[in-house]
Amino acid sequence: MAASSAALSLPKVFRPVLGLGRSGNPAKVWAAAASCRREKSTFVPPPAKYGGRHTVTLIPGDGIGPELLNHVRELFRFSCVPVDFEVVNVNSSVATEDDIHNAITAIRRNGVALKGNIETNHNMPPSHKSRNNLLRTSLDLFANMMHCQSLPGVQTRHKNIDIIIIRENTEGEYSSLEHESVSGVVESLKIITRYNSLRIADYAFRLAREKGRRRVTAVHKANIMKLADGLFLQCCKEVASGYPDIQFDSMIVDNTTMQLVSKPHQFDVMVMPNLYGNVVSNVCAGLVGGPGLVPGANYGTNYAVFETATRNTGKSIADKNIANPTAMLLASCLMLDHLRLHDYANMIRGAVLTTMNETRLHTADIGGQGTTSEVVQSVMKNIQSGGPLTTEQI
Amino acid sequence: MAGNAWRSTVSRVVGAMKSQASHPRTFSRGLQTVTLIPGDGIGPEISTAVMKIFEAAKAPIQWEERNVTAIKGPGGKWMIPTEAKDSMDKSKIGLKGPLKTPIAAGHPSMNLLLRKTFDLYANVRPCVSIEGYKTPYTDVDLVTIRENTEGEYSGIEHVIVDGVVQSIKLITEEASQRIAEYAFEYARNNQRASVTAVHKANIMRMSDGLFLRKCREVAENFKDIKFTEMYLDTVCLNMVQDPTQFDVLVMPNLYGDILSDLCAGLIGGLGVTPSGNIGANGVAIFESVHGTAPDIAGKDLANPTALLLSAVMMLRHMGLHGQAKKIETACFDTIRDKKVLTKDLGGNSKCSEFTGEICRRVQDME
Repeated sequence: MAASSAALSLPKVFRPVLGLGRSGNPAKVWAAAASCRREKSTFVPPPAKYGGRHTVTLIPGDGIGPELLNHVRELFRFSCVPVDFEVVNVNSSVATEDDIHNAITAIRRNGVALKGNIETNHNMPPSHKSRNNLLRTSLDLFANMMHCQSLPGVQTRHKNIDIIIIRENTEGEYSSLEHESVSGVVESLKIITRYNSLRIADYAFRLAREKGRRRVTAVHKANIMKLADGLFLQCCKEVASGYPDIQFDSMIVDNTTMQLVSKPHQFDVMVMPNLYGNVVSNVCAGLVGGPGLVPGANYGTNYAVFETATRNTGKSIADKNIANPTAMLLASCLMLDHLRLHDYANMIRGAVLTTMNETRLHTADIGGQGTTSEVVQSVMKNIQSGGPLTTEQI
Repeated sequence: MAGNAWRSTVSRVVGAMKSQASHPRTFSRGLQTVTLIPGDGIGPEISTAVMKIFEAAKAPIQWEERNVTAIKGPGGKWMIPTEAKDSMDKSKIGLKGPLKTPIAAGHPSMNLLLRKTFDLYANVRPCVSIEGYKTPYTDVDLVTIRENTEGEYSGIEHVIVDGVVQSIKLITEEASQRIAEYAFEYARNNQRASVTAVHKANIMRMSDGLFLRKCREVAENFKDIKFTEMYLDTVCLNMVQDPTQFDVLVMPNLYGDILSDLCAGLIGGLGVTPSGNIGANGVAIFESVHGTAPDIAGKDLANPTALLLSAVMMLRHMGLHGQAKKIETACFDTIRDKKVLTKDLGGNSKCSEFTGEICRRVQDME
């Protein structure tokens, strides 16, 4: 299978790079190889080839995706951001995978994408795989990064939360390898590999160091899944030994969720396999105010895809002008940061945060009465009053 | 808030009348034997506390204390001592304190052994906000029902090649049917309005899909109860924002583990959460799910609330609703009063003082 061939090809990848024999410590080997290629955890963005403008793939998705991404485009046009969008529509109701493969090709070409969630009808047969999952695994977007920060203007039960969650994005329980060996008995395989575990742990520690964070916590269930999560934990420990300035500890996933709802301030950076990442990131998003506020980023070696952190389709609130655009707008800022357009990113982010915290124009999901367009208008007004150049007067 | 308390009271009273019918054995006459497993660490002291409170409440319970340690039976299989097994088979009801899982002892955890011995397929955890023990979440009133025998915890793992491990999640039609049926029966017997199946069928199409299909099939036979399905991530997201929207949740093993602990965290942690395990052949073991706390063992500092509330759950299971209500009220009143509280609840009284206070209240209620 793909996972085992990746593991077998690992020594072949490293030996020519470093001339190490078979006895090299895998974690150090990996870290050394990584540092040869780049210094920071952010990658070199694709160059702006066409007149200094970047081209980014845009996948509208379903539910609230299309309307929110339209607002992003509107905002970018208004703020004169040098980004052009290549729109690729993915129809989630057809059985063929042509649409998603077109999207993947477009992302390979452009290097960066902004997407809405593509709905997966779970009543379709197993051959109809999740399009989002297919995208993540084909492009090897191994790290899902989510930064949960409490916004002062939003009412929540817990205040001043600041947690970075790093979730392995390609394997684990999401391997989509299932079979029915005997009628009525279904087996689903959870795959954990040394290669991916080392990779995600290394990403987590490097990000922690870059952002000046003190502690990384690995979330696992190794007391029950001794081999699988045991391997993950062991890889994290190996990588941790190479970062003596960062404290490393581990916590079992059920205890983690319990601690998150009672004492969330004890967490700093968290790293975990795929499914626990899903649970923990949703719990943290709920703690800081809901799915409409937190942006998420999926990073691979060569590609990056930005979306909302909790990946909701929002079918029930689609086209009603009540969705919260904050998460998608902040995701577009993460994308601009990735493209090294930091000035534009900070300008838009500042305007969004001003709307959230000072103007306090909130949508229904965080207890306000504003509409999506009102919030976007307010953001544009903030940009106009503070920014250098806009296309029109509000 | 008052509305919810009223609803739970009504549901329990009405449930009493209904479950009297569903239990053929009448417990109102004579003593009912219950196998008590004190456990390790703080286990013995909290078990003593519970026995004292039950005595003060004049509950018709006769305790049969048994110890469980792993012994090697014929054929080399690990099992629990025969006296413990026989006692449980006879009484069908058990109350268990925390058991320690020794590392590298060569035998599986005791909890696992008990689960396998009695085929405890359903883990039920009602999470109700305790008035007086303040958490950021108020008005929590939900029940998590977790499939306890298969799923991700089947323990089947292999190393495919060096560096690649696979762990198998097993979902069977039989187990899914059984847990779904239990969930709906529980909802009906306890006057709960809806059952929500928690799954991740968008990713794990076949396994969670099978679980979901079975839940849907069973829902057909329980038209009086509303059935909904929700993704695990959506449940987590909504749970921390507004836990009042959930009623009964049914799910496979891993999601159940995570969600039941999440809900316990909402109401104040494992020190105040009751839990029950329902097995085949009518066996039910109620337990406290916290650890053995070896650091405070023997020092009269432990908090018996979790074991006490589990014992109350046990009384309800047996149909002794009056006694259950009396003891539960006494416990909640003591906590609400905040005068005599153990250290973990924010006070500085001893376990015996806390127990004594509850006994006093129970006797005052006569």
